[in-house]
Amino acid sequence: MNILNVDGVSLAFGGVHALRDVSLSVAEGTITAVIGPNGAGKTSLFNAISGFYRPQAGRVYLEGSDISRTGPPRRAALGLGRTFQNIALFRGMTVMDNVKLGAHVRTRTGPLAAMFYLGRARREEVRIRSEIEREVFDFLEIDHIRRSPVAALPYGLQKRVELARALAMRPKVLMLDEPVAGMNREEKEDMARFILDVKEQWGVTVLMVEHDMGMVMDICDQVYVLNFGQRIAGGPPAEVQQNPDVIEAYLGADDMTTLRERLRGDRGAA
Amino acid sequence: MRIGSPKETYAADESLFRTRTQWVWFGILLLSLALYPFVANLYWLFLACLICINIISATGLNILTGYTGQVSLGQAAFMGVGAYTVAWLDNNATTPFILNLLAAGVMTTLVGLVAGLPSLRVKGLYLAIATIAASFILQFVFINWESVTRGTRGINIQPPQLFGMEFDNPDTFYWLVVPVTVLMVILAANLFRTRVGRAFIAVRDRDISASVLGINLPLYKLMSFAIASFYAGIAGGFYAYFFGSINPESFPLLMSIFFLAAIIVGGLGTILGSILGAVFMTLTPELLRYGVDVLEPFVQDASALLSPVRTLVFGLLIVGFLLFEPHGLAEIWRRVRRFFHLWPFRN
Amino acid sequence: MDWLFFFEVSLAGLGFGALYALTAVAFVVIYKATRVINLAMGEMLMLGAYMFFGFAAALALPIWAALILALVGGALLGLILERLVIRPMLGESPISVFMVTIGLSSVFIGLVEIIWTAAPRSLPSFLPSDPIFIGDAFVAPKTFWSFVIAAVVIAVFLVLFRFWRGGVALRATASDQGAAYGMGINVPMVYSLAWGVAGLLAAGAGVLLGSIAGISSEMGFFGLTVLVVVIVGGLDSVLGALLAGLLIGWVESLAGVYLGGEYEHLVTFMILMVVLLLRPWGLFGTREIERL
Ligand SMILES: Nc1ncnc2c1ncn2[C@@H]1O[C@H](COP(=O)(O)OP(=O)(O)OP(=O)(O)O)[C@@H](O)[C@H]1O
Ligand SMILES: [Mg+2]
Repeated sequence: MNILNVDGVSLAFGGVHALRDVSLSVAEGTITAVIGPNGAGKTSLFNAISGFYRPQAGRVYLEGSDISRTGPPRRAALGLGRTFQNIALFRGMTVMDNVKLGAHVRTRTGPLAAMFYLGRARREEVRIRSEIEREVFDFLEIDHIRRSPVAALPYGLQKRVELARALAMRPKVLMLDEPVAGMNREEKEDMARFILDVKEQWGVTVLMVEHDMGMVMDICDQVYVLNFGQRIAGGPPAEVQQNPDVIEAYLGADDMTTLRERLRGDRGAA
Repeated sequence: MRIGSPKETYAADESLFRTRTQWVWFGILLLSLALYPFVANLYWLFLACLICINIISATGLNILTGYTGQVSLGQAAFMGVGAYTVAWLDNNATTPFILNLLAAGVMTTLVGLVAGLPSLRVKGLYLAIATIAASFILQFVFINWESVTRGTRGINIQPPQLFGMEFDNPDTFYWLVVPVTVLMVILAANLFRTRVGRAFIAVRDRDISASVLGINLPLYKLMSFAIASFYAGIAGGFYAYFFGSINPESFPLLMSIFFLAAIIVGGLGTILGSILGAVFMTLTPELLRYGVDVLEPFVQDASALLSPVRTLVFGLLIVGFLLFEPHGLAEIWRRVRRFFHLWPFRN
Repeated sequence: MDWLFFFEVSLAGLGFGALYALTAVAFVVIYKATRVINLAMGEMLMLGAYMFFGFAAALALPIWAALILALVGGALLGLILERLVIRPMLGESPISVFMVTIGLSSVFIGLVEIIWTAAPRSLPSFLPSDPIFIGDAFVAPKTFWSFVIAAVVIAVFLVLFRFWRGGVALRATASDQGAAYGMGINVPMVYSLAWGVAGLLAAGAGVLLGSIAGISSEMGFFGLTVLVVVIVGGLDSVLGALLAGLLIGWVESLAGVYLGGEYEHLVTFMILMVVLLLRPWGLFGTREIERL
């Protein structure tokens, strides 16, 4: 069963066509990657899925129902969780509060109840607090930093906190925009393990943008390739890897090894 | 983080004061508030009441500006709405004090919601400008809606009555305004223990990504406006009762700047900051007045200097704090506390 | 309807509108170069007028000398502000910078009231006072001449903005700061330039405004109307500033005469609310698309 379907989405900014007639589908319980050179439109695709950009054409379906006209907050509540390419943590809050914010969509307390902090408001706070401690912090091994302000954390940990926040949403589909960019090898391995665990233990479907080919090949079930806003390939990693269009797209690289090097170089320069 | 404090229960960890020491301090604070009237003279009681009114208003503004990132230059005009509501009810109805005060809060909330509408389309700075516009429009209403506001002549308000007692003096009024202030500050602090407060901060810090994380931006911006206005309304209601008469000039734009200065000086986005800022900014003019009294024999017309010097000092405080201590007095306080906390071991 | 009267009222409005436009241009220059919304613009204008007053009335300098000194003073004020207050705030949130300018406006009002008291005063008149007729319509000579001067100053400014090296650097910085750095433009210099030029324009506008309407410590209120002007026109559009300046001047004048003086500013702020709700980026401003 496909949990997420993108059907013929086109998006332009003035003259720039960020996405042209892009379609893809994500099967439930899998890890799907979207790859492509810089500026290919991957982040734009994510933004179109989470509702931040309004595509000029095309539809997005979550669990079979059309969410194309739904606003971003509602889509989040329906089960789309995500992280951002440029870390978008709330700098004025602690790690704990950032992650709790992820639980916003599944809590109810209104302003009056909040101000008096009695009964349900209190119970709800304590409940999500303990859930987060037990499920998210232990899982991602960030228990020790829960009271630190996020701004003071190293980059790798910030990325992890973003993942924690997305998990606290209890999403059906978790969208990760370059989860390991800028990380060292060890951090990358940790993150890959977390992502696999999310799929296997939490049963959450993962859709991710990633430049690190090694990681994509290792953990993904399905890969889509974007180039200049167009989908040029899609299929299992091994197949996509051999696709001549894909190799062509990566600046004429003629084999996967140079391709990887080029990609690393690209990230380094970016 | 306090070294060595165990993780007890989640419920305890979520409470307003996490340690026993904090509870003790809170108790001491309440006790001194209760004893204050017995040691202070009328002048200091007057100041205490004024400080409380300003704390209520500053706390509201800090929720909107400090926590939600929506700059407002309309807080004084909103207080005006509350004050006029109380004044009108006092003159035209026989409703009790408490009800009038609540009505002031509710009325101002409604006006604030309308004034907050632009916040749905525009951000930060534009919004500040929209609130300036709202102030002028309200000012216009205060002056020209004669049948309700009595125009520039102003309007008188009887002292509040409760349980047959009349609160016509700072020494009695104190007992009305202090408990309400304590309550309203606690309510505000509670807000930031919950999802509502976190949503406000998220709107401030990264409003675009907040929406993708499930926060309904228009809803929370308006909510913040509503709450800030409610606080302004209550403060304005007290203001009307406290001074016994109001007119359109009671709530000038400069007063909105005063509140902005208060939260900047005290600390944007902290409850403590609203309190410290309101205290500081209320006492500053008094200090200046004292300075002028000292100068009187030496400088010709020194008392005429009071108002301009006050304007100047407000401005300097805003600029100075933003440049040199952007987290305000609350941050200084925190540094001092940390110093003493580790004191025997450090240095 | 008395069309001649309507025409006269309109002309008076346009005369005032030219001053709005002039100050609005100063505003836009600062915004374009440094992305600062300067709420102290009205008070900078006020200081310019008071400097002129001080030089001409108190020091009894000849008018032309006082004028030049006031303009230089205005430019210096802009430079100093940029260097001492605005530049250290670089990288802070725009809201903080905005609040700093609010603080500055308060400082300036306080200063003026301390030095000159809050009492309104009139500037020594230096504009020709022969009555002016356009067709049958009478225009107050001060209004007429200040319109002419404002128009000339704006024209000179526009030419410089287009062709002079500094103007080009300013525009380059406005459109893409990173690229401007890359092209070897001294961006901090451009910041200073923008504030200096804006200070000069504001001082000029202040002297003109003062000679029409007198000066007082409340004349900075003018700056709030200018704020409306630039938002209606579009914060980053010089053309918008000019047209919206004239428009608001005209509408205010009509409202003041036909509805009553108290409606003058009410109408302005109503227009602002409507624009903010319907078209927040203004009539000619660029609409920014946000990125994640
Ligand atoms: N808000 C926007 N306004 C204008 N153009 C945009 C906007 N967002 C994206 N674009 C353009 O759309 C194109 C695709 O950008 P996008 O960020 O989606 O690429 P990407 O594949 O995520 O690249 P990268 O690997 O660098 O993250 C680019 O040309 C970009 O400049
Ligand atoms: Mg991207």
